[in-house]
Amino acid sequence: MPKDQGIGASTKRREDVRFLTGKGRYTDDINLRGQTHCVFVRSQVAHGRINAIDTSAAEAMPGVIKVFTSADFAGKGGVPCGWQIHDKQGNPMLEPKHPILAEGKARYVGDAIAAVIAETLEQARDAAEAVVIDIEELPAVVDMKAAVAGGALVHDEVGSNLCYDWGFIEDNKGAVDAAIKSAHHVTTLELVNNRLIPNAMEPRAAIGDYNSASDDYTLYTTSQNPHVIRLLMGAFVLGIPEHKLRVIAPDVGGGFGSKIFHYVEEAFVTHAAKVVGRPVKWTAQRSESFMTDAHGRDHVTKIELALDKDGHFLAIRTETYANMGAYLSTFASSVPTYLHGTLMAGNYKTPHIYVNVKAVFTNTVPVDAYRGAGRPEATFQLERVIDKAAREMGIDPIEIRRRNFVQPNEFPYQTPVAVAYDTGNYQATMDKLVQIADIAGFEGRRAESAKKGLLRGLGVNCYIEACGIAPSNLVGQLGARAGLYESATVRVNATGGIVVMTGSHSHGQGHETTFPQVVAEMIGIPEAQVEIVHGDTANVPMGMGTYGSRSLAVGGSAIVRATNKIIAKAKKIAAHLMEASEGDIELKDGKFSVAGTDKSVDWGSVCLAAYVPHNYPLAELEPGLEETAFYDPSNFTYPAGAYACEVEVDPGTGKVTICSFAAADDFGNVINPMIVEGQVHGGLAQGIGQAMLEAAAYDANGQLLSGSYMDYAMPRADDVPFYMVDHSCQTPCTHNPLGVKGCGEAGAIGSPPAVVNAVIDALQRGGHKHVTHIDMPVSPVRVWSAMQG
Amino acid sequence: MYAFDFEKPKTVAEAVSALAREDAMALGGGQTLIPSLKQRLAAPSALVSLTGIAEMRGVCTGDDGALCIGGATPHAVVAAEAAGKYPALAALAGNIGDPAVRNRGTIGGSLANNDPAADYPAAVLASGATIVTNTRRIAADDFFEGLFTTALEPGEIIVEVRFPIPARAAYAKFQQPASRFALTGVFVAKTAGGVRVAVTGASENGVFRWSEAEKALSASFSADAIAGLSVPADGMVGDLHGTPAYRANLVKVMTQRAVSAA
Repeated sequence: MPKDQGIGASTKRREDVRFLTGKGRYTDDINLRGQTHCVFVRSQVAHGRINAIDTSAAEAMPGVIKVFTSADFAGKGGVPCGWQIHDKQGNPMLEPKHPILAEGKARYVGDAIAAVIAETLEQARDAAEAVVIDIEELPAVVDMKAAVAGGALVHDEVGSNLCYDWGFIEDNKGAVDAAIKSAHHVTTLELVNNRLIPNAMEPRAAIGDYNSASDDYTLYTTSQNPHVIRLLMGAFVLGIPEHKLRVIAPDVGGGFGSKIFHYVEEAFVTHAAKVVGRPVKWTAQRSESFMTDAHGRDHVTKIELALDKDGHFLAIRTETYANMGAYLSTFASSVPTYLHGTLMAGNYKTPHIYVNVKAVFTNTVPVDAYRGAGRPEATFQLERVIDKAAREMGIDPIEIRRRNFVQPNEFPYQTPVAVAYDTGNYQATMDKLVQIADIAGFEGRRAESAKKGLLRGLGVNCYIEACGIAPSNLVGQLGARAGLYESATVRVNATGGIVVMTGSHSHGQGHETTFPQVVAEMIGIPEAQVEIVHGDTANVPMGMGTYGSRSLAVGGSAIVRATNKIIAKAKKIAAHLMEASEGDIELKDGKFSVAGTDKSVDWGSVCLAAYVPHNYPLAELEPGLEETAFYDPSNFTYPAGAYACEVEVDPGTGKVTICSFAAADDFGNVINPMIVEGQVHGGLAQGIGQAMLEAAAYDANGQLLSGSYMDYAMPRADDVPFYMVDHSCQTPCTHNPLGVKGCGEAGAIGSPPAVVNAVIDALQRGGHKHVTHIDMPVSPVRVWSAMQG
Repeated sequence: MYAFDFEKPKTVAEAVSALAREDAMALGGGQTLIPSLKQRLAAPSALVSLTGIAEMRGVCTGDDGALCIGGATPHAVVAAEAAGKYPALAALAGNIGDPAVRNRGTIGGSLANNDPAADYPAAVLASGATIVTNTRRIAADDFFEGLFTTALEPGEIIVEVRFPIPARAAYAKFQQPASRFALTGVFVAKTAGGVRVAVTGASENGVFRWSEAEKALSASFSADAIAGLSVPADGMVGDLHGTPAYRANLVKVMTQRAVSAA
């Protein structure tokens, strides 16, 4: 019988009660007394020289309090980048300033040039239209290869659009080149990893508030990591010490990475609140979200895979152009480098790997981490080139993967791209996949499809991801300008209830449900006795927030550590109460007992004694029961899995329908299976969206063509199938106390190649032998056009 | 939005008078106009809602046997009430947008707007329907004049649309993946006077009749009858979702599918 609470139970998400009944409290729900409203005046050209800004008409309009331009931010810093990459020669990346409001030039459509503060939102909008900007349009660079081949400079002062040219690992290059030169077979594939727009359900919003009496600031913002925002904005942009700056990220309606970053609007409202002496509120319209939220992916890659005559992988060489957009967003530089290059080994033993990445500035929205962040890009190119190689060499696509897997007895496995996998069992997940996807029955299903005039295809792939990026000292050497630990404070109240203050941030992940399951299990009390607090720098110890599937593996581990400290102290108190030796105290089901006796004292009594210390060892032990812990992992975690997709292609229209999708994942130990499955479902929908539907498109002048839902296709319920998901293959992580790995991004990482592999398989089986690749999204027009030859 | 006055007249005459005001605009279900207002792309002095005019709402049968649909009738009502008499039209109406769109959007609003990817223009043109306004009757062949352009005069109101009932008919739509408007939609109607084929979504000039297919299908109403025909890509729309050649292909494929379904 399944557990009904604690670790392993599918406890229903307690936060859903408020989310589903309209009781959530999002940033836009917050209204402060005396609040003003902000509307940004944004560039309508992708690249232009700002000759003059006339704000006089706008400032004379009803309700207008002030119109800001870059002149109001003289002496303030730009929005910083959090990761410094060094190029092949060891030179630091180009790092042009990202001002709060455009200085001298606008560099993408949507770049904020001015901002109007008014009494009401409508007054601010009216006045924003009256700001006259004399802007001289300059030639825009949109295509990455053109941008590095001598196109217009996005940032004149740095002299180049090439942010960095990175080699990983440079010492591997000679061996890789030699292996490719002498290999029995080399498969080459050129592909695009399509640019995506995150589309969190809640648009970004920010409210700045300044208290002149205490000289302190509060920022309410839609963030995945309020402490990171406090640090970056306080220290690098506005010069506000952290003890004078509180950042609150209340309920946040989805992030997918796009709310990790420190955006200019956050710094703007915080500074403006002091200048105008009243709170300043900004909420993005959906069209602003399309053109200002950091986009994702946008890689153009050539990959070569060398094989021996039996299909064993010998070497991989890649060359990737990675779009940075117009400015370096907070973690933009790390995505195509350390979050991408380190994953190029996949689930396989490839002795020699070399990755080259050219990061490029263009006149487009900044590009940064988006669900998976670098790992989907690595997985897609690897799993596509393997499929192509298998076809070229006449080897079954499942068999060629099995032949090259890191075997279960070979862990820990040191890859040639720096990371070492602690554990895994790729044969087991593939076995599970073959079973749940009924691979054996495919031919029968294909025949049924053929009767309907449809081409059926099967696509299979594996993935591995690295979650919980760490340890801090290593990432520091690699250029990270932040630590990557997590914090937790466990505060036990006098009557036994517990509040856990976690540095992780929940914006849909269900932390308020999962984390109490862990604490309740450890102590043996009902989950309902444990409450989670997050998202407020005034209430939570310095934490790093939620991204990269890190919350349970890193944040959960910090909670375990703090809870262990609580239990250790509680045992001391219990020992005193029962006049026993501390070493004899056992904790089970919320009760402390003395080993070998029938003496016991319950959890509540110990908690009460800690706060009402009448009978208490005051000489040796402080009263109270509250502990803080920080956890810095010794390694990444490495979730992995095998996915299968079956599609039908309508040859008349090129329309692809996903018939089935199966996912066999190894997430290590699982705390809440229902939430894990929900995360996988969501990730699969996003990956299928990327593979089938989504594409951010710019024209040659840098205008965003897909700037609304009329042209940007998000997956809808009827675009995706019922999923078959399984997480019963579990190789627990060896280095964190819960043995967990993270599951938030797996679906989005693993699913795009399965879809494209299936479409190519369908076309190949249908006689369209010339079609070896179609770039995502595999839209009807692309599939049909490919079939025409 | 910019500020505007709002009027909701009870009769066509009142609506005509309200629309006489400078820069006043008629409001049907608002499925295009309201988003335009929100984006500040339109600045009417007044919005004159037509949905409170009882004589412009509902579905009935005319003395000549035609299906008569009031200009302010929402798509969902057409889907429900035309199902018995003209199932192909009801099916089209029931597949426009989503339930919210179908409960607000009106046939008159759709036709007056004449979005090149809207569904109704294909049905109206293929059926040889008549658009009845407050001043005159306009044959479908004379009504559509290109993208977002119709024969309507300023202030003229679509009071009713009258559909003669064809012997066989069907609409085949291929959806644009994002908006789910018609990337290409083809309405085929077999009438006493021959077969009519109207195509929406494909052409740079909006809805059009495919006369070669009409001729072939009038001779033999089967998908095979047009197997040998092809549509030139010239003049077809090219955008993110389809090249001109792709849309030209869809015109033929969707016509064949409509014929098979009719």
